[in-house]
Amino acid sequence: MTDAQPWRRVLFIALFVSFFFYSANVYTAGTALRNGPVASEDAQRGQILFRENNCWACHQIYGLGGYMGPDLTNVVINPDLGVDYARLFIEEGTDRMPKFDFDKQQVDDLIAYLEYAGAAGNYNPKKGKVTWYGTVEYER
Amino acid sequence: MNADSRSGVAFVMLGLMSLGACVLMGVLGAFKYLYPEALSGFEFHQLRPIHVSLAVAWIFLGAIGGIYHYLPKFRGLSLAWPTAMQLHFWIFVATGLAILGAYLMGNFGGREYWAYPPTLSTPIFATWIMFGINILFTMKKEKGPWPVYYWMWMTGIIFFLITFTEAHLYLIPFFNENVIRETTIQWKSYGALVGSWNMLVYGTAMFVMERISDNKKLAHSNEAFLLYILSFIALMVGWSHHVYAVPSAAWIRMLGYAVSMAELAILADIIWKWRKSLTPDQKHTHRQSYRFIFAADIWVFLNLILAILISIPAFNLFSHGTHITVAHAMGTTIGINTMILMGSVFLIVEELRGPAFSGWSKTCASQGFWVTNLSLVVFLGALMIAGSMEAFTEWEDFYEQSEAVVPFLLAFSISGIGLLGGLWMVVVSALNMLKPVDPNEEVATAE
Repeated sequence: MTDAQPWRRVLFIALFVSFFFYSANVYTAGTALRNGPVASEDAQRGQILFRENNCWACHQIYGLGGYMGPDLTNVVINPDLGVDYARLFIEEGTDRMPKFDFDKQQVDDLIAYLEYAGAAGNYNPKKGKVTWYGTVEYER
Repeated sequence: MNADSRSGVAFVMLGLMSLGACVLMGVLGAFKYLYPEALSGFEFHQLRPIHVSLAVAWIFLGAIGGIYHYLPKFRGLSLAWPTAMQLHFWIFVATGLAILGAYLMGNFGGREYWAYPPTLSTPIFATWIMFGINILFTMKKEKGPWPVYYWMWMTGIIFFLITFTEAHLYLIPFFNENVIRETTIQWKSYGALVGSWNMLVYGTAMFVMERISDNKKLAHSNEAFLLYILSFIALMVGWSHHVYAVPSAAWIRMLGYAVSMAELAILADIIWKWRKSLTPDQKHTHRQSYRFIFAADIWVFLNLILAILISIPAFNLFSHGTHITVAHAMGTTIGINTMILMGSVFLIVEELRGPAFSGWSKTCASQGFWVTNLSLVVFLGALMIAGSMEAFTEWEDFYEQSEAVVPFLLAFSISGIGLLGGLWMVVVSALNMLKPVDPNEEVATAE
């Protein structure tokens, strides 16, 4: 390979390096937790259970996941729904959701995970306010 | 055909089989979504990751197979490390079977595209390292400046390794103890992952277009490199439109908006150049390959409009988390990536088999092309209507919303059967033409 157009190599290196600086910012200040605590041990166990049973296939947290079931971000901290409501679904399943036969500790861990996720922020995109230039201001 | 390029074909054939199985799993998953009591023994949360993993396998195998084939066959560069290619193939097969087995046994543990137990990611990572080294040292044998597709392929491989690592950061407490960080980085890694496979696929498209037009300047032009740079930037920041509603820093969201709007200007340029590029010769040379690239061009246009729309925060506010997002994902995966890769597959078929590509195989591929594209129109239309109803109607609850869109998801599922039929026709035709030929059979010699 001859270097007839070195600017292409320079450009590649510049973009490559900027990717790392930009990623470092996303990993730290850009995603600092503004509300709520870091995950407790219960919540971390719940998080692992959520992955091991592929709850992501049907549910979302902050909009990430599948669409067969609802977004669960604020389900537990929502006063109209709450812990008992979530517990009922997890323990019994529905016509669209399998019954997973979780034991009591596992149900508690899943609830702890949903409490922790919900405490970090509000996720109700439709409640955002549209600005005149096309962006949206969300209540956090 | 030498051993190097034959192995490239083996990757392509495995990719075609993955595509066939992927569409079948997609149809089963769609009906399971509508009728959860059907198909007892299989749950939606098993079918979805099988479908997704097979789709990812098709895209990577189709692109990787093309690269392994084109370099020795058409660029005259013998592979730097042929044994690694063989190893790559068999590790891919073994890991793929292990992942499918894990899904069928309900053994998960990962996230989204990589929902299998994370230990199975290790051999995948190792094969990409081998692939990257092999391709880099093979391309370094090139005399003269690299064409744009070499840059795209190499960038795609490097960023696959980066983004694949990034997708597993949730295993580290610093990331999994903060749900905002974990969610944002998952979106970031998937966006960059799609960007990395787009690099491989767009590089393949540039190669196929150069080959069809026999215009060696095409892949060395400044415009081609502008496309590369924009794809590079989109790979880096294009994911941000998925996190508008996630409470991360504002600059992350604004950057995504700015980049997406810049695409408007490029869109106008792409349409202009695309219209100018149509020549009668191109329409008749490499007919099957050309028509897939042509179809990809149309789907690029339609998907770009949708991508730009959902990048506007005021629209994204309503569309996020609805079937409009599914239409965006399916439209790009089938309409753009699959059409381009099929263009690559049939370029290989037409160059290898020449006049032998005729009879039922040719008819089957041709009819499959039309069935696929017409089904895709209904498929995406139904998703868009369902998504629009979800987005722009105030629903009492999730159950009411789900019930209201059932007729459109039924239309989506039925058109999925059409897609299954169409793609299977194309796949069967290609597999028949790519299988090893009888030495006594007449085979076209390319270069």
